[in-house]
Amino acid sequence: MATAPLIPGQKPRSNLEELLEGVWKQNPVFVMVLGMCPTLAVSVSAMNAMSMGLATAFVLVGSSLLVSLMRNLVPKEVRIATYILIIATFVTVVDYAIQAISLALYDALGAFIQLIVVNCIILGRAEAHASKNRPVKAVLNAIGMGAGFTIGLFALGAVREILGAGKLFGVSLFGPDFQPWVVMVLPPGGFFVLGAWLLLFNWLDSRKAAPAKPTESHAHV
Amino acid sequence: MSESVSQIFIGTLLANNFVLAMFLGLCPFLGVSARLNTALPMGAATTFVMLVASLCAFGLNWLVTALHLEFLRLIAYIVIIAAAVQLVEMVLKKTSPVLFRALGIYLALITTNCAVLGVALFQTAREYRFIQSLTFALAGGLGFTLALLLMAGLRERLSLANIPNVVQGTALSLLLAGLLSLAFMGFAGLGAGE
Repeated sequence: MATAPLIPGQKPRSNLEELLEGVWKQNPVFVMVLGMCPTLAVSVSAMNAMSMGLATAFVLVGSSLLVSLMRNLVPKEVRIATYILIIATFVTVVDYAIQAISLALYDALGAFIQLIVVNCIILGRAEAHASKNRPVKAVLNAIGMGAGFTIGLFALGAVREILGAGKLFGVSLFGPDFQPWVVMVLPPGGFFVLGAWLLLFNWLDSRKAAPAKPTESHAHV
Repeated sequence: MSESVSQIFIGTLLANNFVLAMFLGLCPFLGVSARLNTALPMGAATTFVMLVASLCAFGLNWLVTALHLEFLRLIAYIVIIAAAVQLVEMVLKKTSPVLFRALGIYLALITTNCAVLGVALFQTAREYRFIQSLTFALAGGLGFTLALLLMAGLRERLSLANIPNVVQGTALSLLLAGLLSLAFMGFAGLGAGE
């Protein structure tokens, strides 16, 4: 059985590490800042954001599995085209599935479901991870990345919905006197909230680095 | 859809700017907007590919609908966009090597620009006719270029400013984009269909 070609000097990673990589250390939304078009466009409410995250996670897991299974069959020259076709197939499946399950959700997400095809996270994972690893590892990594993406989207969607509409998952939080901060559900709010989350993480990082003693304690997940 | 051509043009260029209101093409928007002299060629190349993609998608949509193969639409679009980018690359290489070298790296990246696929998908969803589709693509591309140029201008000014470390990098770009987006919201209502 072909073992994964690793970068020299890098230890083979355990399955748990593969799974957790995407959730925290390499979170696609907050750390890698990839796939932002759907992130910002559909994170108007927590519900939309979660649905989008799960749809993307499904495509990610499905395409990673298939790419990993086919990694020795696909000629190097046409690999990107093959990946895109695989991804587009899964996206079509998701597109029709959502249309069948909830038409209201389908209308809310609109063309952004189909735009999952050009989400850089998915192609990035296919090229950088799934094409070099065995199916189990590829799927675990994809699940982690998908979960990380969903968490990121939820963090954005929840903040925007709470501030912009005073609700969470459609449930009113502050009673009828709440004056909604409308700009948060409008496009600028998306940029501001993601910017604010990144600021928070930058600040936490800088606080961690500040006590001059860079210990190994924060290196583990 | 009965929007007039000028309504579509103004609306897409300003009020519903692709980057700042519809969140399409954010990756190049944040990635290539560090300097003005790369922002302009990138915007021009993207606009051109968007026009080609819009043209192809229009024909393809007609074909796919005529054959009752709607479920293949997305796959067909992405393939034709990749092919269009490849074609543009080859034509440019033959006719204008100077321009090709100037754009070289960016051209290939345009395939995964969601603004390009976005044009094809939105013009289908809104049932634009031929001229409307081309106007939509042109205005979308020009709007993308405009946003890119504004952002590059801001970032060039800020590269000399004294900024706290915490705000450096992507966070700063996002906050700037938010302010730009807020400014563009002033155009809301321009070119609206009613």
